Amino acid sequence: METISVLKEREHQVFQKGKDDFDIACEKTSLAGSVSQRACVFCGSRVVLYPIADALHLIHGPIGCASYTWDIRGALSSGPELHRNSFSTDLSETDIIYGGEKKLESALLELIDKYDPKAAFAYSTCIVGIIGDDVESVCKSVESKTGIPVLPVHSEGFKGTKKDGYTAACEALFNLVDRGRTKRKLPQSINILGEFNIGGETWIIKDYYRRMGVRVVSVMTGDGRINDLKMARRASLNVVQCSGSMTHLAKKMEDAYGIPFIRVSYFGIEDTSDALYRVARFFNNNPDIMKRTEKLVRNQVRSIIPSLSEMKKDLVGKRAAIYVGGAFKAFSLIKALKHLGMEVVLAGSQTGSKEDYKVLREMCNPGTVILDDANPLELAKYIMEKDADLFIGGVKERPIAYKLGIGFCDHNHERKIPLAGFIGMENFAREVHQTVTSPIWQLVPRRASVLTPK
Amino acid sequence: MLLRHTHTDIKERKALTVNPAKTCQPIGAMYAALGIHGCLPHSHGSQGCCAYHRSTLTRHYREPVMAATSSFTEGSSVFGGQANLIQAIDNIFTTYDPDIIAVHTTCLSETIGDDVQQISDKAGKDGKIPDGKFVIHASTPSYVGSHVTGFSNMTKAMVMQFARSSGTPNGKYNIIPGFVEPSDMTEIKRVVRAMGIDPILFPDTSNVLNGPQTGRYKMFPDGGVTREELESAGDSAGTIALGPLASADAARALDTSLKVPCQIQDLPIGLSATDRFIDSLRKAAGVSVPDSITRERGQLLDIITDMHQYFYGRKVALAGDPDHLIPLVEFLVSLDMIPVHIVTGTPGKNFEKRILEITRDLPCKVNVKVGGDMFLLHQWIKNEPVDLLIANTYGKYMARDDDIPFVRYGFPILDRVGHSYFPTVCYTGGIRLLEKILDAILERLDRDAPEEKFELVL
Repeated sequence: METISVLKEREHQVFQKGKDDFDIACEKTSLAGSVSQRACVFCGSRVVLYPIADALHLIHGPIGCASYTWDIRGALSSGPELHRNSFSTDLSETDIIYGGEKKLESALLELIDKYDPKAAFAYSTCIVGIIGDDVESVCKSVESKTGIPVLPVHSEGFKGTKKDGYTAACEALFNLVDRGRTKRKLPQSINILGEFNIGGETWIIKDYYRRMGVRVVSVMTGDGRINDLKMARRASLNVVQCSGSMTHLAKKMEDAYGIPFIRVSYFGIEDTSDALYRVARFFNNNPDIMKRTEKLVRNQVRSIIPSLSEMKKDLVGKRAAIYVGGAFKAFSLIKALKHLGMEVVLAGSQTGSKEDYKVLREMCNPGTVILDDANPLELAKYIMEKDADLFIGGVKERPIAYKLGIGFCDHNHERKIPLAGFIGMENFAREVHQTVTSPIWQLVPRRASVLTPK
Repeated sequence: MLLRHTHTDIKERKALTVNPAKTCQPIGAMYAALGIHGCLPHSHGSQGCCAYHRSTLTRHYREPVMAATSSFTEGSSVFGGQANLIQAIDNIFTTYDPDIIAVHTTCLSETIGDDVQQISDKAGKDGKIPDGKFVIHASTPSYVGSHVTGFSNMTKAMVMQFARSSGTPNGKYNIIPGFVEPSDMTEIKRVVRAMGIDPILFPDTSNVLNGPQTGRYKMFPDGGVTREELESAGDSAGTIALGPLASADAARALDTSLKVPCQIQDLPIGLSATDRFIDSLRKAAGVSVPDSITRERGQLLDIITDMHQYFYGRKVALAGDPDHLIPLVEFLVSLDMIPVHIVTGTPGKNFEKRILEITRDLPCKVNVKVGGDMFLLHQWIKNEPVDLLIANTYGKYMARDDDIPFVRYGFPILDRVGHSYFPTVCYTGGIRLLEKILDAILERLDRDAPEEKFELVL
C-alpha cells in the first residue's frame, strides 16, 4: 500500500499545492474501474427531495434503489413522517419485458388513496430509462384522477453524476413552485434553499431569521411541506446553501419570477455571520433587521467562544483531511478548522467545479493535497503521508480512517447532531475534540509501538 | 409513532412494496465476492449501485468495503458496456492489483444485453488480464430474486469458474456456509475441523469483514477462500451446502459437472438443524462425534432447560431471509414459543410449505408470506400482537411503535455491533441466540413488573 500509484488518467485530478501547476480536471464522470466514492443521478435526486415530509416518494424500479434509500438520511420532520417509509414498484422480470407503466399508475393511485399526501414524486431509476416507461404521462393521468401534484423525477442513474440528480430534483421542485397561484410578494421574506434539516439544522437557521425579523416562506427541502413550496415564488430573496444542489433552482426562480439569490453557508462562525448579515443588508430598507442581526450575532458568538477556546487548546496544530460531496462544504470546513487552530493537509470533493478548486487552492497552505473524485487508496496514501489526526468525510470513509487509526467526523447524512449555525460550530468543535483526543489513538499500533506487548 | 401510516386493514397489493424485507441481487454478489482472497468485486452498471452496496455493507460490518464500478453513462447504455468493462479491467489490474476481479451485473447492464463472458474473453485476448490474474462473473439482474439470489449466483460462479477435477482426491469437504456473518463462517469451520474434516469453505468473509484494527489500511485483507482452494474444490470428497437458496445451486453444479456429491442442508441455526449438520458431517467423515461438540450441545440444552418456562407460549413475529427463517422458526417451536407472523421478501417455492410443516402442531393460525414486506408484517402485528420481534434493524420502527421486545437478526444490522464477531450458528451460536432472546424477554419482564413483583432472581 505504501507504494501505490495514482491512475495515469487521474493524474490531473490530484494536485499538491506548491508543487504542481494548478489546472485540475474535474466534473468528469469517474473512470471505469475506479473505486469511486461517488453515487448516481437517482441518489442526487433522492437526497434533495427526501426531506419533504408530507409528500409521497415512490421509487419506480427494482427493489434495491428503494431499499438502500429507506430512511438513511437524518432529515427531521416536525410533523408528518410519510417520507420515512420506503415505497417501491419492485419491478420484476415480466415488468421489464412488458413495461412498468401500469404498475406505476396503480401503485400511485393506491398510495395516494391510502395516505392522502399533498403531492407525489415518482422517481425513475436506470431500468425505467431503458425500458422506456412514459413516467411523465402516467404522472399526468394520476394527477388528473387524484387532483394532487404528481411529479416525475427524471433520475435514471446512468444519465450523469449525482449533480445531474440535483438538477432533476430542482426541475421537479420548480414544477411544484410554479403551481403557486398567488404572486404577490411578501415583504422581508426569503426561501432557504439547500438546507435539509439534518439533525434539526433547519430549525436553528429558521430561528435566527425569526429573531432578525425575516420571514421564511419555504425551506427546500428541510422539514419541507408542499404548501410552503407553492408559496415560494412570493419570497423576495432566495438564500442558497449547499450551492451544488440548489443553484439550478435558484437560477430558474430568478429567471421566472425575478427573485434574486445569494450563496451562503451556515457552517462556522464567519460563514454563518456572513450569511445573516448579507440577508440583513438585502433588506436595508428596514434598518431594524440589521440592528437585530448584529445583536443576534454578537450574543451567539459570545455564548460559544468560551467553550471553543477551551477545546482549541487541545486541537491547535492537529492536522485534518477533508473529503466531502460538494466543494462549497469544504470551504466552510477549512475556515472552521482554522478557527480551531487546526491545519488542513488534504482537501477533496466528489463534485467540485474548476472554480471551486481554485478557491480551495487559495484557502489552503502550501503542500496541501487537493483531489477530485478520489479513491480509497489515494485517500489512505495521502492521509498517512500527511500524518493526519482527523478525517472528515462520509459513510464509506469512516472505517478507512478508523483502520488507519485516526479520528473521524461525519459531515454527511449520518451526522446525528446539528452542525449549522453558531451552536452548530460548538457542536462541531466538540465532535472534533471528542474524536481527535480519544485515548484509543494512543493504543493504535502506529503510535503505540512502545506500549504494545511483544 | 414513526409508522403511524400502518393501518390494520389488509389488502392484497400487487403493484407495490412498502418497507421491503429484501434488497437486490448485486449486493449479495458483492458480499460473496468479498469472501474470495485478493478479490475486488466489480459492479457492471451505474455508479450508484456500487456506492449503495458499499455503503450498506460498510454500515453493517463497520469495515472498509472495496468494489469498483463500470460507471455507466448514457453512451454506454445505448452502445453497450463493453468499452467500460474492458477499460475497467485494465484500470483495476493496473492500479489496485487484485488477483481476481469478480464482475456482477445490474438491472441496467442485463437489460441492454451485455454479455460479460464475451467481454471478459475479449479483455483476455486484448491482453488486459495479466498472467496469473483472473476475471470471474455472475449474472445478477436486480429485478429477479433478491440479495440471497445474488449471493447464490456469485457463489456458484466462483466455484464453477475455478474448480477442476485433477483425478486425485484432496481428502477435503466443500462447505458452502450461505449468506451468514463472518463470525458464523469462522464457527462453521471450527466445528467442521473439530469433527475431523478439513474444509474448503466458500465464500469466506471471516478476516475480511471482521478484521482487527492494525493501524494499516489493506485493500485486500488476509481472509477469504483462495483461488487454489476453489480450484481444488473439484477434488473434494463431497459438498455440504448450508441453506437451500443461498448455497444449493453451487453445490448442485459441482455435483453435475465434476461429480462431487452434494447434500443440501438447512443452516445450522438452533438445536435440531445443528444436529442434522453434525450428523451429516459424522457420516461424511465416518467418525463419531467428539466430546467437545457433544459438550457444546449439552450446554445449549442446559440453557433451554434452565429457562424453558420463559419461552412457553410467547408469540413471535419474524422477518428475514428464507434460509435463516426456516431453522429459526423450527428452533423457536422447539422452545415452546409460537411464531405467528413470518415474512420474507425473497421469492422461493418451498418456503411457505416448510414453515407450515414446522408450525403444523401449533395451537393457532400462522401467517406466512413469501414476497411480503415489513408493512404487511406490521399490519399482522397490529391485528394480533406479539411478545417478541426478530428482524433486521428495520424492525426497530415496529418495535418502537408497538412496544415489542426486539432481537436484531439478519441483514442489515445498522445500529448495533457484535454480529460480525459472535456467531449464531451451531450449538454455541445457539447459546448466543438464546441469550439475546432471553435478554429481550426478561428485560421487558423487569421493566413492566410492579414494584412488589420486581424480582431479584429470575
